[in-house]
Amino acid sequence: MSQLPRASDLGLVGCHVCRLVCRDVKSEDATCPRCGSALHRRKANSYARTWALLIAAFFFYVPANLLPIMRTVSLGDVDDNTIMSGIIELWVKGSPDLAVIVFTASIIVPMLKFVALALLLVSSQQGSRWGLRQRSKLYRLVEFIGYWSMLDVFVVALLTALVQFGFFSQVEPLPGVVFFGLTVVITMIASMTFDPRLIWDGRDFDD
Amino acid sequence: MTMPSQGIKPAIAPPTLWICEHCDTVYRRRKLGRGEVARCARCDAILARHHGLSISGMLALVITAMIAFVQANVWPIVTLGLNGQLISTTLWGCIVMMWNEHAQVVAVIASLTLFFFPIIKMSLLFWVLLYARKRRRAPGFRQVMVLLYRVGPWTMTEVFVLGALVAVVKAHMYFDVAPNAGIFAYGVLMLIITAFSSIDVRRLWDLTEETPA
Repeated sequence: MSQLPRASDLGLVGCHVCRLVCRDVKSEDATCPRCGSALHRRKANSYARTWALLIAAFFFYVPANLLPIMRTVSLGDVDDNTIMSGIIELWVKGSPDLAVIVFTASIIVPMLKFVALALLLVSSQQGSRWGLRQRSKLYRLVEFIGYWSMLDVFVVALLTALVQFGFFSQVEPLPGVVFFGLTVVITMIASMTFDPRLIWDGRDFDD
Repeated sequence: MTMPSQGIKPAIAPPTLWICEHCDTVYRRRKLGRGEVARCARCDAILARHHGLSISGMLALVITAMIAFVQANVWPIVTLGLNGQLISTTLWGCIVMMWNEHAQVVAVIASLTLFFFPIIKMSLLFWVLLYARKRRRAPGFRQVMVLLYRVGPWTMTEVFVLGALVAVVKAHMYFDVAPNAGIFAYGVLMLIITAFSSIDVRRLWDLTEETPA
C-alpha cells in the first residue's frame, strides 16, 4: 500500500452526497456541480463539533442511566425500573438471551461509542499512525451500530401503549427514557460529524 | 445545505475515478463482475458493489416495502390479555401514549424514525426509480437525491422489530401476550430493508441522464 494517491494530494475532492469527483478549488463555499451540496476537502470543524456533541451526549447519558426509565404499577405495587434493573429483571424472569441483547444495545453500544469516538478523536488529533486500518474499521463499526441503542426506548414505548388497565396495572415512561433517546440521537450526529479521513491525515504522512 | 445557485462550482474531474469516502484514496474505476465488491486497499472500506438487482427489481422491492409498511401500521402489533380483557396496540398507539405520558421527546423521535422518515424514503425512492427505469432523471431528481442522503441514517424500523420482540417477552412475565399480524408485516419489512441495505442508491446519478428540459 505504498503509493496509493490521495484525493487531497491530487487536487481532487469527492462529493459526499452524490460521489462526483471534482477538481478542488480550495474555497469554503464550493458546491458540487452535479447535486449542489457543499463540497469540503474535510468536514468543517470536525474535531470541535464532534467533541462538543460527544460531551453533550455524555451529559445526557448519566441521567439516562441513573434515572428510572419506566414505572410499572400492578395492584398497587409501584416499581421503578432503570435500564440496568430492567435488564436484570429480564435475565431473572424472562429470557436470558434477550437480556443479553438489551444489555448489548443499551449499555455496551453507547459505552463503546463514547470510548471509540474519544479514542478516534484523540489519536487523529495527535496525528498518530498507530493502527490506522483498525481505527478505520472501528469508525465504521460505530456508524453501523449507532441506532441499535434505541431498542430500550422502543420497548418502553410499546409496553406503555400495551399495558393500560387503569388502576389494575399500568406502565408509565419516566424521564430516564427521554434522556436515553436524546443520548442516542446526539451520539449518532457525533459519529456523522467526525470525518474518518482525518484518521489518515497524520503528521508527515508519507506512506 | 447550500443552494445550488450559490457558491463556486469546481470543474468535474474525469468520471473514471472513485474516491474512498473513508480515507480519501483515489482509484481508477473498474467494471465489477457479478457479486464483486471493490474494497479500498488502504482502509478496507467498500468502494463499490455489484448489484444483481436491476432498477425494475429495486422498484418492485420498494413497492413491496410500501405494502408491508401499510399493513405494519394498520394491523395491531401485539395483543395482551388480562382477566378476559384484550388490548392491542399499533405503532401510532405507542406514539400517542408516549405523548400523553409526558415523554413527548420520545414520541417525536419515534414518529420521525419509525413513521415519517420511512414514508419519505420509500416515496422518494419510488419517484426516482420510476423514471430511472427509462434511464431518465425524475423531476426534482437533484433535490430528491440530496434528501434521500440526509434521511438515510434516520430510519429505525429494524430496531423497532427487535424492540417489539423484547416487549412481548417482558409483558409475558405478567400477562398473556400474543404477537399480531402487524409484527409479521414488520418482519417482512425488515427483510426488505436488509435486502436493500447493500444497494448504494447514489449509483442512480451515474445510471441516469439529464433530460433536456
